[in-house]
Amino acid sequence: MARTAALAIALVLGPALAAAAEPPAARQAELLHLLEQDCGSCHGLTRKGGLGPPLLPADLDGKDVAIIALVILEGVHGTPMPPWKSELSDEDAVWLAARLKQGDVP
Amino acid sequence: MRALLLVLAVLLSWAASAGELRGTGDLGVVVERATGSLLVVETTGRTALGRVEGLGDLSHASVVFGRDGRHAYVFGRDGALSKVDLLEQRLTRRVVQAGNAIGGAISDDGRLIAVSNYEPGGVRLFDAGTLQQVGDVPARWADDGRLSKTVGLVDIPGRGFAWSLYDAGEIWVGRFDDPARPALRRYPNVGRLPYDGNITADGRFYLAGLFGEDGVALVDLWDPDAGPRRILDGYGRGEEPLPVFKMPHLGGWAAAGDELFLPAVGRHELLVVDRRRWAEVARIPVAGQPVFAVARPDGRQVWVNFAHPTNGVVQVIDVPSRAVIATLEPGRAVLHMEFTPRGEQLWLSARDDDAVIVLDPWSLARIATIPAHKPSGIFLAARANRIGQ
Ligand code: HEC
Repeated sequence: MARTAALAIALVLGPALAAAAEPPAARQAELLHLLEQDCGSCHGLTRKGGLGPPLLPADLDGKDVAIIALVILEGVHGTPMPPWKSELSDEDAVWLAARLKQGDVP
Repeated sequence: MRALLLVLAVLLSWAASAGELRGTGDLGVVVERATGSLLVVETTGRTALGRVEGLGDLSHASVVFGRDGRHAYVFGRDGALSKVDLLEQRLTRRVVQAGNAIGGAISDDGRLIAVSNYEPGGVRLFDAGTLQQVGDVPARWADDGRLSKTVGLVDIPGRGFAWSLYDAGEIWVGRFDDPARPALRRYPNVGRLPYDGNITADGRFYLAGLFGEDGVALVDLWDPDAGPRRILDGYGRGEEPLPVFKMPHLGGWAAAGDELFLPAVGRHELLVVDRRRWAEVARIPVAGQPVFAVARPDGRQVWVNFAHPTNGVVQVIDVPSRAVIATLEPGRAVLHMEFTPRGEQLWLSARDDDAVIVLDPWSLARIATIPAHKPSGIFLAARANRIGQ
């Protein structure tokens, strides 16, 4: 049910998210730091998983950047995955989702 | 003559190193999570003695000590179990025992190390001397063979351990007189998503914090047949929880007198619980989502740190008045705090300052700064003599 709702939202928001611009370089550095340290506390510093699932490219295969960005912004209700929208803009989330999918993160 | 001098020189240098005999009561380790190393520290001169490298992925690493206070067992996220000699400052043994681990514990007799694994979900037992595996308790939670992640593993009196099954919502208690054939007791349906557990300092009550609902599950190990109880039920009272950017730790709860101070999940509050009745007696509003609440050993103060984005703040609570008496910004990204056993120093790690900072909890003045690579957990060897640590 929650999944379907998320999907419906993604279909509506997806194009808007996908069109988001890249964050500036200084912000990108902050985001990579956040990804390693803060996401890392649940997903592992090297994203191989922890309390949260692994976030390596193979794990995200078949998941759209927009959907991943949406999960990051909205969280997964009833689980420890928090909504990051108070901390991250749409473009931040899309940029992070694309980095995760491509695996081009230090 | 020359030979004699040489012998003398060798003897002298040997005597010099033997002259460095020392105890471990004032030693400890700091986890350097980015570099996979441990810094060995001492709390008398407040210095780093050396660094032990090659420990692997130490994100969320934790440490317990052998009963001699000399050996530290390090549980790495990558499933490695490492044994470090504090006096020689060297890695003496290391085994990769699982794919993804979360923590561990040492039995009361010091002979068994238990490791709590996410992958494969369960608890594995090792000989504390050799690190050879001597037992395995997969966290099987359904007939379909799925394994649950395990969390909140602690030692309990009577050569036992207690832990929780995150996915399954269960608490398990095991006695390991024969590690290959443990006597297990399962408590199903304790609540949704237990995320951490801890034991009271006397080893009697095991508590598991629940993520999926507002509440804490409690097992009285003196009365195992009574089963799990639910305490602090619905402490959120239906309010929409705030986002939790980092899992709080029950491992760091604070016990001061008859009261426990627990981080609330999804609320910027500490819950104060009367441990005679297991009832909430107060809530203390704090600066953010609390992660660790630690009591000064005399019980007069409780110190709290916070999740992102408040992780540069530390607050000090006066226990009798339950008032926040100081809000400090001691460093950037404060991940962990540890008191010396008699409470005259508070050590904290400031990850983004690459420093361990030592404060005087009486004057709140900074008394030392020790450089460290992205420090996280700080563990002092005095833990060797405490239940559940
Ligand atoms: C407090 C723990 C925690 C933190 C911090 C956290 N996550 Fe998660 N995350 C989870 C959990 C648990 C899940 C699995 C939710 C579920 O059961 O569906 C998850 C799921 C996800 C997923 C979906 C994965 C999939 O395969 O569908 C993504 C993407 C994700 N997280 C990204 C992030 C990013 C990016 C950050 C940092 C900005 C982050 N998470 C921080 C706990 C966390």
